[in-house]
Amino acid sequence: MKQRATILFGSAFVALAALAFAATRVVAADKVDPVADAKAFQNFFFRKFPNVKHEDFVNGPYSMNEDMKRQWQEKEEFPPYEFALDAGKEMFSTPFKNGKTYADCFPNGGIGIRQNYPYFDTKEGKVVTLELALNRCREANGEAPYSYVKDEMASLTAYMAFTSRGKPMDIKIPDDPRALAAFENGKRYFYTRRGQMNFSCASCHVQSPGERIRAETLAPALGILNAMPIYRSEWSGMGTTSRRFVTCNSQTRAVPLEPQSDEYRDVEYFLSYVANGLPISGPGARP
Amino acid sequence: MTAFPCKPALLVALALLAGAAMAPAGAQSSVADGQKLAFDRGKGNCLTCHAIKGGDLPGTIGPELKDIKARYPDRNELVAIIFDETKRNPQTMMPPFGRNRILTEREINAIVDFLQTL
Repeated sequence: MKQRATILFGSAFVALAALAFAATRVVAADKVDPVADAKAFQNFFFRKFPNVKHEDFVNGPYSMNEDMKRQWQEKEEFPPYEFALDAGKEMFSTPFKNGKTYADCFPNGGIGIRQNYPYFDTKEGKVVTLELALNRCREANGEAPYSYVKDEMASLTAYMAFTSRGKPMDIKIPDDPRALAAFENGKRYFYTRRGQMNFSCASCHVQSPGERIRAETLAPALGILNAMPIYRSEWSGMGTTSRRFVTCNSQTRAVPLEPQSDEYRDVEYFLSYVANGLPISGPGARP
Repeated sequence: MTAFPCKPALLVALALLAGAAMAPAGAQSSVADGQKLAFDRGKGNCLTCHAIKGGDLPGTIGPELKDIKARYPDRNELVAIIFDETKRNPQTMMPPFGRNRILTEREINAIVDFLQTL
């Protein structure tokens, strides 16, 4: 009897302790603080790589050491994304069948605005990416949407990024609980392990940037979207942010989401916000 | 029948002989299998993160795999690390090869046989 009472008392104590712990955790989770998150995120990388200039983080693996940087500079002389860039420029200025153009869908005629995407649309209550806005523009003008992962979409975003080069990423989180929830959801996705390999996005791009998997140098998460879209030698072609997310998921043997699904949009929102202040460098070239 | 009075004993002796002859060959092939599995991109793919003698283009995330017998005298520890290192270190990059069924128990054992030769 006495022993049983001890066990009962003991488990009640454990339960109470667990409750108290859970309660403090909930309080902490309730307070979403993107400003503090972005600061902590950036400082983590600045401290981990004290010799990398802050604005160089947008050059991905090429920022990680001098050898890689030299490779990048050589590549930039004959950039492999040039065809896409030229095609994008032409597409951008070619009117739709109804006579309107992409410029009619965007602020400032679509020039020099890449740093403001994605944004949180308070009417829709969701994150709107540049790729999504481009396809909505097409559909609003009676044109069929493009594939989100490559080709025309990559060409268009390449041109829009190019006209925005050097402008600091400037993502806003409006005073709207749904915007904070989207940020938090993107952050959760980014740090959650998944797939047969059990990797999170952070496993490679926060824990291990600069390290190599076989011959490939892992890029830092900070500034990774500032360079989008990219020509990737591994793809032998251009790819958008959507393509990057999908291939990261499938390469780690996780189930990729649909391009521009809510969760991917939220990840893009989180990752872009924490890169605020770093320049747009897209279109980029990667191994 | 009478021509082979000790038939059962003979059989046992033959079996023992064969076993003795087979054992080293079996261990050999397990080591070779283990190396193949360790280097195979679709299986262990250990080279993605670890330098291993005899492997090209190793990654840098994990420590070099050498002096394994001295560092891990107990092979069960190696089996446990490959099966699910997150149990010991929740932050590890190492995929849980056994738990997530990337490798079977037999394959993990073959890889451990190979690792112990390093």
